[in-house]
Amino acid sequence: MPAKQNTAEPVVRLRAAGLHFGDRVLWEGLDLDVAPGEFLAVLGPNGSGKTTLLKVLLGLQQLSSGTVEVCGHPATRGSRLIGTIPQQKAFPGNTPLRARDLVALGIDGHRWGPRLFRRRLNERVDALLELVGATGYAERPVGVLSGGEQQRLRAAQALSDDPRLLLCDEPLLSLDLHHQRAVSALIHRQACDRGSAVVFVTHEINPILQYVDRVLYLAGGRFHVGTPAEVMTSETLSELYGSPIEVFRSNGRIVVVGMPDTVEHHHGAEAASHDALAGS
Amino acid sequence: MDLNDLLGTIFSFENYAELLPLVTNSLIAGAILGLVGGLVGMFVMMRDMAFAVHGIAELSFAGAALALLLGANVVWGSVAGALAAALVLGLMGASAKDRNSITGVLMPFGLGLGILFLALYEGRSANKFGLLTGQIVAVDSVQLGLLAGCAVVVVIGLAVIWRPLTFASVDPAVAAARGVPAGRLSVVFMLLLGLSVALSIQVVGALLVLSLLVTPAAAALRVTSRPTLTVVLSVAFAVLSVVGGILLALAGRLPISPYVTTISFLIYLACRLIGWRRTVAASRARRPKPVAGPAPVR
Ligand SMILES: Nc1ncnc2c1ncn2[C@@H]1O[C@H](COP(=O)(O)OP(=O)(O)OP(=O)(O)O)[C@@H](O)[C@H]1O
Ligand SMILES: [Mg+2]
Repeated sequence: MPAKQNTAEPVVRLRAAGLHFGDRVLWEGLDLDVAPGEFLAVLGPNGSGKTTLLKVLLGLQQLSSGTVEVCGHPATRGSRLIGTIPQQKAFPGNTPLRARDLVALGIDGHRWGPRLFRRRLNERVDALLELVGATGYAERPVGVLSGGEQQRLRAAQALSDDPRLLLCDEPLLSLDLHHQRAVSALIHRQACDRGSAVVFVTHEINPILQYVDRVLYLAGGRFHVGTPAEVMTSETLSELYGSPIEVFRSNGRIVVVGMPDTVEHHHGAEAASHDALAGS
Repeated sequence: MDLNDLLGTIFSFENYAELLPLVTNSLIAGAILGLVGGLVGMFVMMRDMAFAVHGIAELSFAGAALALLLGANVVWGSVAGALAAALVLGLMGASAKDRNSITGVLMPFGLGLGILFLALYEGRSANKFGLLTGQIVAVDSVQLGLLAGCAVVVVIGLAVIWRPLTFASVDPAVAAARGVPAGRLSVVFMLLLGLSVALSIQVVGALLVLSLLVTPAAAALRVTSRPTLTVVLSVAFAVLSVVGGILLALAGRLPISPYVTTISFLIYLACRLIGWRRTVAASRARRPKPVAGPAPVR
């Protein structure tokens, strides 16, 4: 278990936070503190407002009601305290950057004028590439890298500033099992060694189950916060979705059965066991 | 006209030594334009703005034609037209889709205005034609000063915004999270682009601006993705096209633009070929043995 300093000032503090677009309510009355070193998983069906929540923390989206603070200050754009892995979008083939240049932009891309001190920058880039296991393709153009390879560069970018708050939007998407483990362990290490608070949006809790301290589950304009053991239960999810849902545990994995058809929950490796159980 | 006449029209080197000093200004102007075109072209490619460049060029042409009609400075006229178009696009066309439709509306309007002004103009017809297809002898010292001044503004402006603009262009989500002011950067870039288009029109003409602002950068991107090398190549290709074009056009009776566009197109073809051969070689090296899989469709 990561050392949680619950007495310390929370990194994220949401109070009575609500967000709606027109009359479509994403969530309302959300009170949430995320402590330093805490690993919070955000789950929920497509369109439930997970990405929008991250945008709120980044200061890119205004709340409709309530307040949001990051490290004791109202969320503002361009905070140096936040690292972010965005929801995946591939780079076009003719992007004039190599892998290492992309990571370098994550470090100093917001600065004006020509680059000075290249040597120091290069050393940092090398260390970050090593950290995510991307040294082997450091010199290759980003446009020709696979989705998973690009995603590891995103992780390197996000960790570059030793952020107090690490926002990850489905960072494991399109990673193979080995790299899913490597990247989630990396993010976990950032939380427990460096004390960063992690907000980890995912559709798939099993690869990170061992690291997760609490879960924020968003669905149908409602939400539930608690430990995985509290939230990932038949009762809670049935209540959230308003239809009967069963949660099984086996071998330390969680299998959710009976999601409403309109909501896609499982994918990738998990889909098989889900379908097998759902079909019976 | 037989083949010899034709060749004589296209390539003629009579009196070359005497003609050369007359175009020193043009050569300097050409080199400056190549530098600007090669630099700006990088972002035109990264931001997918080739069509917008074309639209700005037509409005710049309209401005230049109006200046010609009124007897004002043609360079200022085209700068005014280009900046107006660039501002409209920068402020209204945030997404590529918006930008394309606005460009599609602006472009014929600009071209129509330009044709109107030219039709009303009663001076030398070479002046008229030059705005559309380029000219070399037109650059006098006053204009050269103006051109160089504008080019300095563009180069310094680009140097300042280069890094954040690259970031916002290739990786908008992370750039936004990092607080890069993408909207304001985009407007500033559009203004610099407008200036560059107006400058390029003085040599290659409104119809062929893309050969300076797109082709060299596109060629460079075919052969490398090292950021510094792409910029160096893009500038080198652009300078080579303009200066080479002027030198070839010097003694012939043709406008300069076919020479410039042909050189830049040939460079592009060569780069495509090199890029393609490299891809083939790389995929061979990476996959020594073909992996058994589903039979290929024949
Ligand atoms: N600026 C906006 N204006 C109007 N609606 C918006 C805006 N931003 C987001 N939405 C809507 O809010 C909802 C939540 O979007 P969001 O991207 O947060 O979903 P998500 O939970 O991340 O889904 P996914 O799992 O597909 O990534 C969507 O229905 C989206 O259409
Ligand atoms: Mg999302």
